[in-house]
Amino acid sequence: MTGSGNNRLDRSLAGFRQRIVDAWSLQPLLVPIYAIILSFIIGGVLIAIIGVNPFDAYWALVRGMFGSSDRIAGSLARSVPFIGSALALAFAFKAGLFNIGAEGQLLVGGLTAAWVGTWAWMTDTPGIFAIPIVLLAGLIGGFVWGWIPGELRARTGAHEVISTIMLNSIALFGVRWLVNSRDPLILRDTTASVPRTQQISDTAILPELADSNPNLHMGIFVMIAVCFLLWFVLRRTTFGFETITVGLNPHASHYAGINVNRIIVMAMALSGAFAGLAAASEVSGTNQFFQPGTFAFIGFDGIAIALLARANPIAIIPASILWGSLLAGAPLMQQEADVSIDVVRIIQAMVLLFVAADAIVRYLFRMRGEAGPHIEAAATGWSGP
Amino acid sequence: MSTADERTPVLEVFGVTKTFPGVVANEDVDFTLHQGEIHCLLGENGAGKSTLMNVVFGLYQPDQGTIKVRGEQVQMEGVHDAIDHGIGMVHQHFQLIPVFTVAENVILGDELTNGPFLDLKEARRRIREIEEKYGLAVDPDIKVGDLSVGEQQRVELVKALFREADILILDEPTAVLTPGEVDDFFGVVRSLVDQGKSIIFITHKLREVLAVADRITVLRGGKVAGTADPKTATQQSLANLMVGRDVVFQVEKGEAKPGEPVLRIKNLAVEDDRGVQTVNGFSVEVRAGEIFGIAGVEGNGQRELVEAVTGMRHNVGGTVEILGINATKLPPRKITELGTAHIPEDRNKHGLVGSYTIADNLVLNRYHHESFARRWIRDHHAIHKEAESLVKQYDVRTPAVQVPVNTLSGGNQQKVIVARELTGEVEVLFVSQPTRGLDVGSIEFIHNQIIALRDRGAAVLLVSAELDEILSLSDRIGVLYRGRLVGTFEGKEATREQLGYLMATGATPESEQAS
Amino acid sequence: MTAATVEEVAQDMASARRFGRQHIVGIIFGVLGVVLMAAVAPALTSETRAFAFEPPPDPLQWEFSPSTLVAVIGIVYLAAAGLSFLPAQYRRISFLSQLVAAILAIPLILGISLALSSAPVTNVTNLLDESLVLATPIALGAMTGLWSERSGIINIGIEGMMLGAAGVGFMTYALLGSANSVGWLWIAILIAILAGGLLAALHAVLSIKYQINQIVSGVVINLFALGLTGFLRSEVIVPSGNSKGVATAEFGIPILKEIPIVGDTIFQGRPLHFMMYAVVFLTWLVMFRTAWGLRVRSCGENPHAAETLGINVVKIRYQAVILGGFIAGLAGAWFSMEAQSGFEDNMTNAAGFIALAAMIFGKWTPWGAFAGALLFGFARALGSRLQFLDVEIGDFGIPSEFLQMLPFLVTLVVVAGALGRAVAPAAEGQPYSPSK
Repeated sequence: MTGSGNNRLDRSLAGFRQRIVDAWSLQPLLVPIYAIILSFIIGGVLIAIIGVNPFDAYWALVRGMFGSSDRIAGSLARSVPFIGSALALAFAFKAGLFNIGAEGQLLVGGLTAAWVGTWAWMTDTPGIFAIPIVLLAGLIGGFVWGWIPGELRARTGAHEVISTIMLNSIALFGVRWLVNSRDPLILRDTTASVPRTQQISDTAILPELADSNPNLHMGIFVMIAVCFLLWFVLRRTTFGFETITVGLNPHASHYAGINVNRIIVMAMALSGAFAGLAAASEVSGTNQFFQPGTFAFIGFDGIAIALLARANPIAIIPASILWGSLLAGAPLMQQEADVSIDVVRIIQAMVLLFVAADAIVRYLFRMRGEAGPHIEAAATGWSGP
Repeated sequence: MSTADERTPVLEVFGVTKTFPGVVANEDVDFTLHQGEIHCLLGENGAGKSTLMNVVFGLYQPDQGTIKVRGEQVQMEGVHDAIDHGIGMVHQHFQLIPVFTVAENVILGDELTNGPFLDLKEARRRIREIEEKYGLAVDPDIKVGDLSVGEQQRVELVKALFREADILILDEPTAVLTPGEVDDFFGVVRSLVDQGKSIIFITHKLREVLAVADRITVLRGGKVAGTADPKTATQQSLANLMVGRDVVFQVEKGEAKPGEPVLRIKNLAVEDDRGVQTVNGFSVEVRAGEIFGIAGVEGNGQRELVEAVTGMRHNVGGTVEILGINATKLPPRKITELGTAHIPEDRNKHGLVGSYTIADNLVLNRYHHESFARRWIRDHHAIHKEAESLVKQYDVRTPAVQVPVNTLSGGNQQKVIVARELTGEVEVLFVSQPTRGLDVGSIEFIHNQIIALRDRGAAVLLVSAELDEILSLSDRIGVLYRGRLVGTFEGKEATREQLGYLMATGATPESEQAS
Repeated sequence: MTAATVEEVAQDMASARRFGRQHIVGIIFGVLGVVLMAAVAPALTSETRAFAFEPPPDPLQWEFSPSTLVAVIGIVYLAAAGLSFLPAQYRRISFLSQLVAAILAIPLILGISLALSSAPVTNVTNLLDESLVLATPIALGAMTGLWSERSGIINIGIEGMMLGAAGVGFMTYALLGSANSVGWLWIAILIAILAGGLLAALHAVLSIKYQINQIVSGVVINLFALGLTGFLRSEVIVPSGNSKGVATAEFGIPILKEIPIVGDTIFQGRPLHFMMYAVVFLTWLVMFRTAWGLRVRSCGENPHAAETLGINVVKIRYQAVILGGFIAGLAGAWFSMEAQSGFEDNMTNAAGFIALAAMIFGKWTPWGAFAGALLFGFARALGSRLQFLDVEIGDFGIPSEFLQMLPFLVTLVVVAGALGRAVAPAAEGQPYSPSK
């Protein structure tokens, strides 16, 4: 009978799959991998509906992402800021917080970095000092903008999702004014056609690795190093233990003598610092000036990437590269296959959906085991614990 | 006996089995309730009483078994079926909405409407009618969150009666009441029976069973262990049936050898989360080598008191002195470092991080000590070794120390907390509701650990809602009423009646007459 | 009197003496009052300025001296500060005085702006009308959030629901309405409403059935709507050749439009804007006066209690979230078929997040959320008005960004300060599994 034949095929396929999974210890990666496959299938259906061969479109997309060394460099370059914003989200998740404010922290960090980078004495400072100063400035800007909602949460119980949404808008209007205003003239470069700051000092520019579009610079090593640093902190240090404990059970943490408020404030501020650092590296390495529009959606995408990576700092690196390369490759798909780049956005939304709702994936692919650990951030509603 | 059998059965349960993943909560249970009787369902925590009643009330679907109401077989697909068949349930944890008024709470799900709109006027009238008929006075327009626990229980009863329930399931209804209020409540229950209601009364308290039951069914480990007649049964016989072996009621305890006072609390004042001052001029001195038990109805400031002395909550007045050091404003960690330990009231909320391993939970308050961390780098190996030895010492039943603590049973979870807290130099122990929801074996183990600590010379401040626990463990007993001590007794001299009266009124009968 | 009741009274008095939020607000008004009277009023011009209530040539207008106006409002603020310290039994009076003081902030800001501007007169009826129109999507979005959150489901996907509805609605119009017919327009609006409901249904499935973190689910909705509408615009709307359509027509409300002054401004307008008032009113009516509304609220406060009363929590939550989605759909239609006639990428431009802020500002009540929406609408209307008036302090122009920032700051302060911890529905955000 065909039924039993199918069954046998099913079983042998399952066995084959299991051997691969076991050999490469892929178990924790299965859900994200299947989620990505599923999302591309859905994207392909959409592409087919508009009358384009999905394989042609995806082939163009893949070549757009990795088709040449320049394109690979461009894709990597595009991924760098996402590493920072995803780290920001992941670290906050670990502390049980939901930092929707990476968007605003990027803006403030980018602005402070650009502002410090245009200081007059920077031109006489050697790069070995000037670059860290600019990066540190962005880090501090993000730190402060993350510290505010952390402090509000700790002191008044104001939920960080709400206050960071407000702070995003406040930051947006604030930097827009600082960069737009001609009278008084604050940070605007009056010679530029679009509102942006002046060029930072040459000494403060991160060295370039490849002249791709966008250009790949040393910022990628900085961000990857931060990933490993954070991984170590979370896994091995007492501070990391305290942070995760607070995230899992703030009441028990308080009982056990952990200063919960200090952890909340530090987690939000450091989370903001990661975003600020990412913005500074962009300002210093990619643009050499600050223009608010360049940071749009990087913070929001960080949410998706952090979830895709299950808030694991190391997993954030490939997840960010996937995210950034998709965005970098999409224009070629539009050019060659005439498919709107927004398909990539839809695919990304689907990836997030399937990773978050892993029950769907487990059902479709008949995976064994219970649903994985969920990120419990912000599960208690708006009004705090 | 014979009179009950002549009555008509109103609710019959045959062969009900209900399993949850990994647990058989009910196995082949038969149960019959007759018209106009009070049928007590007796059993230890975890014996399956509440599960059985949730099956009857349609909240759980049984795996096997049938239910008959008034001789007619019914399928309970949801709560609404149970309500339609005239079954009402007062849950152990009240199912009320604090921001709604009494009237809104009562009509919810069975709303009276006038056209498309709620008819609260008619609802009020009907509620007042019910209240008068059964003597359950509560103002229908007050927000439930502003009511006392006793009043909230009345609202729960009104809810069931509003739905014209004539089979009432009362799940541990006396847990929140003082001994005096319990007597009043029994009066209400009897008047309900006089008005033609039939009642299932769930409890684990033997005294209450004998005082109120017409008939008794005992559950043990999810099965019916037997039935008993309250006229012939004794507390001892019921206890043996409930636990399945001979139970020693009295805790084995030697004479206390109290030393110097090591815990001095003076005029302590503490506010709860809403800003109400629930501890109000509380003063006590506890000496080394004695157990001081605090009795009181829940909600009289016990939680805030313990949280304030352990540093978890700010106090608004008064002083706390531990081992001669002023600990009034110290944070939890500093207070622990003075040589104190704290077994918290709510083990899941405060005591444990559920998804952490047993090992991490065993060092939850010591992870930063030199032995478990070099500067700020954690030493996983040392933690593992410590955990292995504690698990053995405290008889925690687990396959490994690396499993998440939330996979353990309640008793073993509590043992993890006790192991962590009683390790090291403990000179003052704060312990709150240490055996809530545990089986008899775990209760005995934990009681013995507390007494052993006392015998090593530690001072113990014990807070418990179980009067029996207070009476059997304490060397001295204080009664907490509205946030202050209203009387202290020597443990051997105190009687239930004395304590109960104080807990309910805040005054002794003599002083009441005097004023 | 027994000892117990004496103690109760003492406790009540103790809590009444305590220093509360109303006292802090009172102090703020007091400080403002002093500053206004001592510093601002003397510095302002004493030339006459005027608020016009009608358009030129011969408007009804109120002429005033800015320094007098500011001084009078300063006195009111001081009075409000004093009344804030009344004993507890007069709490209502304290609250009312603070409310009056807060409302007076509108003529205060307007009066000061006008004094600093070179223009002597500005039309305030128009300004009010603009505020109300700009409040439309915010108020609707806030009602979306209200229905969802009162049933216990956090909703930060309002933005995506609006955007998706705006795109899908206009796409429908672009495909059907080549004849520019008003009938097709209304069908497209209906489709927009359904599209909002569909996205809400996705949110509901993810949060209720799959129990994923509700904030994450909202992020999915936002991300998905952004991609989908961009895709539809470039693949369907633009190729259809109908990138521009007609918008809903203006009309006057019968009878009300005859009222002098406000008749041909406030009561003259477009249909979706007027529907917003109806939605707000009906939200209040249904939520607080009907049995279903009571059930929705019970699911947001204590779903388990609702279940023990035979209420199907899952069903109620689905209904409430999807109803909210329909309302978001209406807001989306406002963007692409009333405010403009066309669809642009990301055209809702964070209005959904502002709606969320308005809802929180209003402490999860329909009228409070409506007031919050008005605040945001007013700030935006005032922002563009001030640019137009060319307001300057010395040589320093007041940037419109500051005014646009202001409502977010106010909401931040409200969330941090005035918002009690227990205002949001108690069970919000917690996944709920029915007993089995």
